Amino acid sequence: MKAKDVPQDDANMLQGKLREPIYSLDENGNYTTVQSVGWNPKNEVMKEAWDQVNEKVENARKKVLSGELSPLAYYIEKNIMDIGLVANYMGIWRWTVKRHLKPKFFARLKEETLEKYARVFNITKEQLIDTNLLKSEK
Amino acid sequence: MDQPIEFQHKQSAHCENGVVSNLLRFYGINLSEPMVFGIGSGLFFSHMPFLKVGGIPVTSFRPLPGIIFKRTSRRLGISFERKKFRNPKKAMEALDNNLNQGIPTGMLVGVYNLSYFPDAYRFHFNAHNLVAFRKENNTYQISDPVMEGYEQLTYDELLRVRYAKGIFAPNGHMYWVKNIPKNIHLEQAILKGIKQTCKDMLTIPIPLFGVRGIRYLSRKVRNYPRKLGVRKAASYTGQIVRAQEEIGTGGAGFRFMYGAFLQEAAQILNKPVLRDLSIELSGIGDLWREFAVITGRIVKNRNSLDESYDKAADLLLVIADREEAFFKKLKLAVS
Repeated sequence: MKAKDVPQDDANMLQGKLREPIYSLDENGNYTTVQSVGWNPKNEVMKEAWDQVNEKVENARKKVLSGELSPLAYYIEKNIMDIGLVANYMGIWRWTVKRHLKPKFFARLKEETLEKYARVFNITKEQLIDTNLLKSEK
Repeated sequence: MDQPIEFQHKQSAHCENGVVSNLLRFYGINLSEPMVFGIGSGLFFSHMPFLKVGGIPVTSFRPLPGIIFKRTSRRLGISFERKKFRNPKKAMEALDNNLNQGIPTGMLVGVYNLSYFPDAYRFHFNAHNLVAFRKENNTYQISDPVMEGYEQLTYDELLRVRYAKGIFAPNGHMYWVKNIPKNIHLEQAILKGIKQTCKDMLTIPIPLFGVRGIRYLSRKVRNYPRKLGVRKAASYTGQIVRAQEEIGTGGAGFRFMYGAFLQEAAQILNKPVLRDLSIELSGIGDLWREFAVITGRIVKNRNSLDESYDKAADLLLVIADREEAFFKKLKLAVS
């Protein structure tokens, strides 16, 4: 690829936090790097991957609001985690986390367990248990 | 903000090369990112359908994390001290100790909680590298190779990313330069690096790796729409392009970066043929980019059946042929 052809298709993927160096050839056939803010095909596949994540988050949100699952389900998806990873962070078994996904068991959790979950998701305990917050969440 | 001058930061495409390049510069050894990448035989290809991340098979254009680092330091004769810690507090203490002695220290971290990263790149990937070089008022000055400038992390933020959990959990892993030999045999290291890359791309007797891996992927891609349905087929194919173009490859799955390495190597080894090959590789990289363009279109029209899968698969076969011929020539050039 020629340096002058390095694409600059900005889809705000990098939020202005950085530009990525792309190795390319200058007019004398020497390699050089050009900073790029993005490229359409790449933006497209990244968007698709995030659409998938957001879809899962939305599904979880609905299930939490309908009372089918505990708020944990929402925050697991929101943080792009899975049960295994959460169990890992919590230092507990997977099946324990699975149990806590059921509202019945979630309601019986100790304060300190709730605190610990909240820390994993980087929120407060109050935010974790307040399902009203999810109503406005999009 | 005053710019710290004691540790010169240079942005790189890929974190592993970048950290090595930046750390060595501190000790007066100037190796570019492509140089580190080439000596460490960073170029590769693998497609592993049984290994899934987020439910999607892994395609990779590089070896496992840590390998480039290991090979580069071995080939240059540079030794690193490495440490892991059970106890996060001890890990932070050890870091502070190093910084007090003025030793810039590399660390493995998880990217999910790196506050300065763009959201689109914040997933649970735990083999990211960065360097801390100073601590002030509970804040660490950070040189993160993929960022353009210096960054800062507080004690708590740094502790959090050093103790990310999941695959490749870093466990507070840190490393710093211990010993640099008086004479570095750059020519030898470059030759070793190139030879290994040729070997990796041409001769691994498992069809998932190297040029054979590309052909294997081509067969898979051709069947994706029939086997998986339109939505999933698009995700699977999109994942290949994410591995190829997302943060850290310098474009076209490291092919462009490797070209830059060969061009530098041509000069150091006084082998003009490597310069010709470096231009040829840029052309192969362009084919990979074309593959990404087709995939981008597939992904955009993901809700309808796209006829481009055959086109994408055909292109992969062309790429495999071109790379096979390329690495044979490269092998000849350094033997």
